[in-house]
Amino acid sequence: MKMKNKADVVIVGGGVNGCSLAYQLAKKGLDVVLLEKKYICSGATGRCGAGIRQQWSTKENTMLAMESVKIFEKLSRELGFDIGLRQGGYLIVVHDKKEMRQAEKNVEMQKTLGLDVSIIDSDEIKEIVPILDVKGMHAIAATFCPTDGHADPFKTTFAYAMAAKKEGATILTHTPVIRVLKEKNAVKGVKTNKGEIKAPVVVNAAGVWSKKVAETAGINLPNQPYRKEIMVTERIKPMFEAMVISFKDGIYFSQQDEGQILGGIPNPHERKGYLTDPTFSFIQHMSKTLLRYAPPLGYLRVIRHWTGFYDVSPDARPIIGEDDKVKGFIHCHGFSGHGFMLSPMVTKLLTEYIADGKTSPFLEWLSLERFKGKTIQKEVSVVG
Amino acid sequence: MKKTIICRCEDVTEEDVLQAIDEGFEDIEELRKRLRLGMGPCQGRTCIPLVIRILAKKTGKNVEDIPLPTSRPPIVPVTLEALASDEDEE
Repeated sequence: MKMKNKADVVIVGGGVNGCSLAYQLAKKGLDVVLLEKKYICSGATGRCGAGIRQQWSTKENTMLAMESVKIFEKLSRELGFDIGLRQGGYLIVVHDKKEMRQAEKNVEMQKTLGLDVSIIDSDEIKEIVPILDVKGMHAIAATFCPTDGHADPFKTTFAYAMAAKKEGATILTHTPVIRVLKEKNAVKGVKTNKGEIKAPVVVNAAGVWSKKVAETAGINLPNQPYRKEIMVTERIKPMFEAMVISFKDGIYFSQQDEGQILGGIPNPHERKGYLTDPTFSFIQHMSKTLLRYAPPLGYLRVIRHWTGFYDVSPDARPIIGEDDKVKGFIHCHGFSGHGFMLSPMVTKLLTEYIADGKTSPFLEWLSLERFKGKTIQKEVSVVG
Repeated sequence: MKKTIICRCEDVTEEDVLQAIDEGFEDIEELRKRLRLGMGPCQGRTCIPLVIRILAKKTGKNVEDIPLPTSRPPIVPVTLEALASDEDEE
């Protein structure tokens, strides 16, 4: 079979953002080719913690997340496939006075945007997640937003991919992009292991490999790869619905739809680089911290443990929009561990830009150019 | 209708596998993620060899040309208590 050799838009990367974009752009009538070097969900999306959170320290992230939740809520119906959305809330542990001040500031800002969020005391913490040991986890309070939650990243991404194909998009797996083709200062397509595809628009949604894709177009990205580890236990009966997270300890865990407990924490002995092996120091540190938070889980067996990458930008916020030097090169990366939860709104904004030429203040706030000579407003609400 | 269980941990049948292959999930890693095959306590010891055979038959590939999915620790399920018990964290 001869490979398609031209398209309106080429998307690099078969994660949730690439597949969502493929679906939305194809629905707008554009001829879309998505290229994935391995298989759909093989990167960060398929390895992520599945969480969907609206509680952020920066206004832009909160707004992006709130709009994303509105889209997630209607997504199963739109795509005709259950994405496994469960809104059991996010319970963010507050450990000390300093964290309390930040929590109060966050909640106040989030409320002005219309988010249903509040600061709760230790009795309320126990009501929401009865297995938590408030003393053991050194909590003085928590913030809670009941419409936060999680969805199944595999189901969501496959739902987008299948819907994209139905709308006429072409999805090629096991097709790595070797380089982006340029003529003067505009994108002309891509070269893959199977040949060239001409296109005036190329979207870089390659997650932690975005830096390498951009390099081939002469664009230098400030993103850094961070190895992150996650573990999952065997299934047990439903015990709690909220995602529990702590910025101080870096831990997050939740009970998934099928009953397994899934969670992660930064490895205290992490080394830099493109490392992919799971480590014993992670699983020890995770088990110890998890049992300090939720002692009744001690008998539960860990069945799997894996790694993935955060594609981290200098301010821990995504980098999206058209490059200011290379016409037709669209950035969609730097999600810093939040690519799944922010994908609905990010891809909606990019679809409107690519298909209709519509700009948005978000595209300005989240452009690559924001790092040039301006003060960086860093998102501080980051875990894992 | 007669149903043959392929993955006992996650209740996946041969019919589910065949249908997913028809939907275009021809990669063993994609099949795993589509159906949760091999994601239970046995880590795919029962289902993966069966799925590879089904895939080979259905796609006309040789069994040896279908790569095994990535294996992940632990080799056997271990309790959180046991993992947390060693004080010698390094």
